[in-house]
Amino acid sequence: MGRVLAVIIWLLTLLSVVIFFNKKWWLPPAISDHAPALDRQFLLTIIIVGIAFSAAQIGLGWMVWKYRDSGKADDRALYTHGSNRLEVVWTVITAIVFIGLGVMGQRVWASLRLHDAPAGSYSVEVVAQQFQWNFHYSGKDNVFGRTDPSLIDDSALNFIGIDESDPSAKDDSVTSSLVIPVNRPVELKLRSKDVIHSFWVPPLRFKQDLVPGMEIKVHFTANKVGKYELACAELCGQLHFKMKSYMLVLPEDQITALRALPQEQFQTKVQELLTNTPLAPSY
Amino acid sequence: MSVETHEVHRHPAPTGFIRKYIFSLDHKVIGIQYIMLALAAVIVGMLMSLLMRINLSWPGTKISILGTLFPGGAPGGVMNPEFYLSLVTMHGTIMVFFVLTTAPQGGFGNYFLPIQIGAEDMAFPVLNMLSFWVTFVGFIVILSAIFLSGSESTVGPIGGWTGYAPLSALGAIAGPGQGMGMNLWIISIAIFCVGSLLGALNFITTLLNMRTRGMSLMRMPLTCWAWFTTAVLALLSFPVLLGGGILLLLDRLAGTSFFIPGGLYVSGVLSGSNPNFPLHTGGSPILWQHLFWFFGHPEVYIAILPGMGATSHILATFARKPVFGYRAMVFAIFAIGLLGFFVWGHHMFISGMSPYSAIAFSVLTLSIGVPSAVKTFNWLGTLWGGRIRFATPMLFALGFVSLFVAGGITGLILGQSSLDLPMHDTYIVPAHFHLVMGVASIFGMFAATYFWFPKMFGRFMNERLGQIHFWVTFVGVYSIFVPMHVMGLVGMPRRFSSFAEYEYLRALDPLVTFVTIAAITTITVQLLFYFNVFWSMFKGKKAGDNPWEATTLEWSTTTPPPHDNFAGVLPTVYRGPYEFAVPGAPNDYLMQTESGAEEPSGNGHNGHKH
Amino acid sequence: MATMVTSTKTVTKPGKGGSSKFPGPNGNGKKNGHEFFDSDSRAHRYRIGMWVALASIAMMFTALSSAYIVRAASANDWFPLLMPRVLLASTAIILASSATFEAARRKLKASMISGYSRWLVITALLGLAFLGSQFIAWRQLRAQGVYMATNPHSSFFYLLTAAHALHLFGGLMALLYLLVRARHLSMAEAVDLRRRAVADAVGIYWHFMDVLWIYLFLLLFFWR
Repeated sequence: MGRVLAVIIWLLTLLSVVIFFNKKWWLPPAISDHAPALDRQFLLTIIIVGIAFSAAQIGLGWMVWKYRDSGKADDRALYTHGSNRLEVVWTVITAIVFIGLGVMGQRVWASLRLHDAPAGSYSVEVVAQQFQWNFHYSGKDNVFGRTDPSLIDDSALNFIGIDESDPSAKDDSVTSSLVIPVNRPVELKLRSKDVIHSFWVPPLRFKQDLVPGMEIKVHFTANKVGKYELACAELCGQLHFKMKSYMLVLPEDQITALRALPQEQFQTKVQELLTNTPLAPSY
Repeated sequence: MSVETHEVHRHPAPTGFIRKYIFSLDHKVIGIQYIMLALAAVIVGMLMSLLMRINLSWPGTKISILGTLFPGGAPGGVMNPEFYLSLVTMHGTIMVFFVLTTAPQGGFGNYFLPIQIGAEDMAFPVLNMLSFWVTFVGFIVILSAIFLSGSESTVGPIGGWTGYAPLSALGAIAGPGQGMGMNLWIISIAIFCVGSLLGALNFITTLLNMRTRGMSLMRMPLTCWAWFTTAVLALLSFPVLLGGGILLLLDRLAGTSFFIPGGLYVSGVLSGSNPNFPLHTGGSPILWQHLFWFFGHPEVYIAILPGMGATSHILATFARKPVFGYRAMVFAIFAIGLLGFFVWGHHMFISGMSPYSAIAFSVLTLSIGVPSAVKTFNWLGTLWGGRIRFATPMLFALGFVSLFVAGGITGLILGQSSLDLPMHDTYIVPAHFHLVMGVASIFGMFAATYFWFPKMFGRFMNERLGQIHFWVTFVGVYSIFVPMHVMGLVGMPRRFSSFAEYEYLRALDPLVTFVTIAAITTITVQLLFYFNVFWSMFKGKKAGDNPWEATTLEWSTTTPPPHDNFAGVLPTVYRGPYEFAVPGAPNDYLMQTESGAEEPSGNGHNGHKH
Repeated sequence: MATMVTSTKTVTKPGKGGSSKFPGPNGNGKKNGHEFFDSDSRAHRYRIGMWVALASIAMMFTALSSAYIVRAASANDWFPLLMPRVLLASTAIILASSATFEAARRKLKASMISGYSRWLVITALLGLAFLGSQFIAWRQLRAQGVYMATNPHSSFFYLLTAAHALHLFGGLMALLYLLVRARHLSMAEAVDLRRRAVADAVGIYWHFMDVLWIYLFLLLFFWR
């Protein structure tokens, strides 16, 4: 029995490692500037995890393989209550590895989250609602028009409550897909009209909740042109699974041209780009 | 000082059926009641997970009984998205509260803690009875949350087991699943909190006050340390959830704004513009998350610590060897419990809280890996040089070690704030916590059931059925949850009732089906366990007082234990809990009650190597 | 049996790790403490249980007050209420009730049961008076149009005072229980010890309610 268990444990360990380290199912190809550092940290972590996992399982299998009861009455186990020295050594080793890993893991986080978006970032207001995304662009003047929840009128397609009387709102556009420039820092100002949603584009390695009552500013830089799927990652109600949109990463000159367009043409052009751009392959 | 008269007043056992089996004050009966409650709850939770898997793999499957039971959630027998989400919510809530919190602590803890410390009952038997019945009422209320609202053409609560505000705070205006079902969900959890607090109060007082002669703290079995620490965690974390639950309920019913901010525009209605949606201002949705997770993280340890205790206990017994590093094990339990109170923020890295606090939470989280690794190390150390007997309880205890490592170790990934950016709310999260707090804890409970069943019912459980149950379940849970990790890497989101909308998830279809088939197989095999439990109660092989040749006090009394546990004479304890293979002793085990020379034991120092 | 041990250590070496030292093991894990299962040690559980219960009650009020502090800082809709004057009376009454409870306990210690009952009755009446005074405060606020949902401060005011009042009501029930038990006189020492331990436990609870009220009072009206 001990040997069977040992073999099964080893087999499960092997299969688990294999399924983790296959090329078919892995993180999607990265498209952001912070992704390579994040992927390196992930690889380091998963290697440590893999080694620790395998070592523990191999050890467990070895114990049950080797130390079976012989059934003889005078054959007794080793009488020991343990060793303080071993405990201390083991504790110190794991503390250094685990906490060291944890501290290293903060680098990407710190670079993304501990400072504001760099000057000259491309700014978009994101307003989520059940079960739809609204992206608000400031237009040529680079100033977002005033918005007010009491002006929201879904039937008039004013989803985010733009105040039309505000002069800086005149050149603003709102679309249901996110359009951003490539290789330029993007700042998102995230808000929600109703419940918590979460902005998520898997290849971007980026996720952030949109919390009603708060404006959360985050930033990242996308470095690959293309069309990507955008999902809501926080349970927001009945049609959570359908709260889908796209993120379109365009060359800078196309972005400049887009921003010069008035609202209706902006929306038509984005729609056109969306239909004409194929989805970036996930593998 | 008349130390020889250990005679205490014998408590006569009650004779009426109701006082004996229903409103019993006997901790053993209450323990079994808790176990039965958990056995009932786990069936409901498991069937819900089965329905969810079927919906994910074969959407549109028609199950006519569903249509009859839940006309609102599965019209014509085909599940709709909101019903899927209410299954998610109910499955999580039932499993976490009514299975993982009741069976290990209320069930086995209630039955064996007093016996293992040599007490004739809990400190406050009436509170103990109340604690069970309060919990039972909570269970009825949670069931009514989905069954009652199922009939009025809506569905059960939608919010996941975390019930994030403001979705859970807004009321019916926020869509299906936010009406009466959500109220009942909150009320049920509040009731459960009260029941758990009564239980925790009892456990702590009993352990501090009622240990028998010679049962010093460091002579207690590790199970008792685990139950004690669990009780402390429950005592300090459930009140926070209770407080948060009251605030949430007031937001829903009294129009307050604890968690609901101003200026919300929900389902086409502006807050304050309509009697259906009163004016709210200034509430903080993140406040709910803080309150919830301050409870929620310790809750994870409430679920797993008793399993750890049982595993240590069973590994030593079946390896015929003292626990390796007893003292380190006790410290590790404490360290896990203590650190568990300072890491709740790792659930909230991307919630919008301060990115600086995320760093502190992240580093503290990874440091929980240290006591966990100490435990694993000592389990292996206990096996090392042992003479292992592979009975079913031992198989499940070994399975616990394997699964605890497999499930716990991915915490090193999820605990890092930057890696949480891609991983948060993907399938790697349910994969991680199902393996470690779900399956590992349940393996601890399976081990405990097979191990203590002979003491509780005087009969063994069937060994052959137990073995089949173990092998299929062990391979089954790996097959279910390891592929789920990989789904998380690819980016499959949690709590989606369908993945059809997303191109990038196409590649995962074979894995989804594989997991479903593995889940169906594993769930089916659990029927063997149920059959084994109830069949063995009446037909199992008879067991003696100490069938496993174990050392602790529960094995020194008769099988099953009398009403006051030790038939009026409380035992005296002379040595540590795991004195196996003592050189020179006549047997390879020395019971705690065996007198003779004082034996230095239960300490972690380097002694007695031969 | 001593031959059983062939360890290299001497048999008489006391174990580290808290295992007992000679002579012989003692009950309740105490090394040199009370005699095994004496009544005093058993009665101790009421006090232990009460402290444990208070830890959990304190935790709930800690959670609610941290919510209070976070909520006060998180938005600009925080308009503190003016303190209803009657709350000063509440405070005085509950302080007095703690004193009268101590008087009752002193009588019990001196085994003067009738004095004990009399002070218990006075304490219970003061407790009722406190609840009445809180009720007046709520009535006054409602008369001014201040309701639960009026603003966050009023929400917390009603919630915290009601939660405290509910706990105090539990304390009143405990006083009632003591009163009923006080009528059954018993000279047996064990019964007496137990009675004293239960009275002590109720006393701890009653004083805790007192301190909790002072804390809530300061939090609600003096924390800025």
